[in-house]
Amino acid sequence: MTDSAQAIEVSNLHKRFGPLEVLKGVSLTARQGDVIAIIGGSGSGKSTFLRCINMLELPSAGTIAIHGETISMKKDGHGGLMPADRRQVQRIRSQLGMVFQGFNLWQHMTVLQNVIEVPVHVLKTPKDEAVEIAEALLRRVGLYEKRDAYPAFLSGGQQQRAAIARALAIQPLVMLFDEPTSALDPELVGEVLSVIGGLAREKRTMILVTHEMKFAREVSNHVVFLHNGVIEEQGPPDRIFGAPESERLKKFISSIH
Amino acid sequence: MSEETSALPAYIPPKARSLFEPHRLFLMAVFLVIVFCAICFMRWDWLPRYGGRLAYGVWQTLLMLFCTAGIGFLLAVPIGLVQVTGPWPLAWLARIFCTIIRGTPLLLQLWLLYYGLGSLFSQYPEIRSSFLWPYLRQAWPYGFTALMISFAAYEGEVMRGAFAGVPRGELEAARAFGMSRFTMFRRIWLPRAVHRALPTLAGETVLQLKSTPLVATITVIDVYAVISRVRQDTFLTYEPLLLLALIYLCLTGILVAGFRLLENRIPARGA
Repeated sequence: MTDSAQAIEVSNLHKRFGPLEVLKGVSLTARQGDVIAIIGGSGSGKSTFLRCINMLELPSAGTIAIHGETISMKKDGHGGLMPADRRQVQRIRSQLGMVFQGFNLWQHMTVLQNVIEVPVHVLKTPKDEAVEIAEALLRRVGLYEKRDAYPAFLSGGQQQRAAIARALAIQPLVMLFDEPTSALDPELVGEVLSVIGGLAREKRTMILVTHEMKFAREVSNHVVFLHNGVIEEQGPPDRIFGAPESERLKKFISSIH
Repeated sequence: MSEETSALPAYIPPKARSLFEPHRLFLMAVFLVIVFCAICFMRWDWLPRYGGRLAYGVWQTLLMLFCTAGIGFLLAVPIGLVQVTGPWPLAWLARIFCTIIRGTPLLLQLWLLYYGLGSLFSQYPEIRSSFLWPYLRQAWPYGFTALMISFAAYEGEVMRGAFAGVPRGELEAARAFGMSRFTMFRRIWLPRAVHRALPTLAGETVLQLKSTPLVATITVIDVYAVISRVRQDTFLTYEPLLLLALIYLCLTGILVAGFRLLENRIPARGA
């Protein structure tokens, strides 16, 4: 029971790009219903950490477990790791809903086709069922009227909301957000944050890499401050933002405001 | 800075011109007079006699075009793909293939195949007695092969660019949602690349159409060969050639319209 209650368990994660060590042993546990915000300056390794969770970046060392299932890794011969079983990685990925900074919607498909793509072609959901779910999700993110539009015709905020619907359509165990508002014009940030905030309120497990400190403080129940590839400080948002202990975190927070 | 920009005259898009402006009406009149003269003062009495052969020639030309372009494109996809993502021996092979084929004239390749390979084949009794011989002794397999290889090489380069040009993020999204490599290729990478390449492919297919008359040099009877025959029989120079130009123009128009339809299935922004 303790295992399945832990949505994500990352322990002692290292990531090296050549001589550069971006992550120097990061451990993190997310229980179900947790909303974890990862903050930190640029180059702190926070995006890399998130991308390691679904193996978009292959960690150099460390273990990752999703719902108690450890991703089995083997040595790749260059001092790094690679997945031992590609199918396991694909199965686990299809349970993690990733939202990217650059939206990454598939431009040759309409919004609705984008949302049903993975359910139909990866999870083998019957198409009419997938469409039904997708339409409900698009209503929820306020894009039902745009379901037959192509991504190029949408604003950044609309594209990101469509991307969130696409990630929700796989009924993910955990949602991963990689700086979801960083590529948006300031006036479009709000609409995306309100959708993410709604997800947080319904106790979805989420890991959120963000620069929106105010938002992180509002929606998360745990904040992790990464600096130079290590967790400098972590704790409940009120303590992290209200009474930071480490010098670097104090400096970081004061530089934001 | 702002003063400078405001000093620039505002861009005024050109007015959409009416079809019936004086200079256009004049040009249209000139064109009509030319067509009228061509019909009235040139000899077209041979046309009914060759109607059937001309239709056959057009059919052969189209058959040659669609078969070589279709199969050539199927070859172009792996040729383009291995250059972007394949292991280096395959990538090198594909690159060498493209360089050689694109670097030599199609006519030369055609003749090397037909006069070279064709005469080589006929020296071997094993080949002469095989079930393939009835085909290999004809001209069209060599014309077909040369045109197909040429299309594969040119389109291989086009597809290489198209595959490389699909934004990395979209492929990454496909991976992040657990697509297998094959599903990602079939559902995202290939359709996206083909759509990007469509305008170029349309132009290349038109070029391919205009390469088909080369097969007439190795005795394949296409529409160009039929017209040559007309010229020999009737001692006419301009009339058959004008008709040939018209036929190729119409075929090109149909091809371009067809590709436009395909392109418009996915609307592009700003189009």
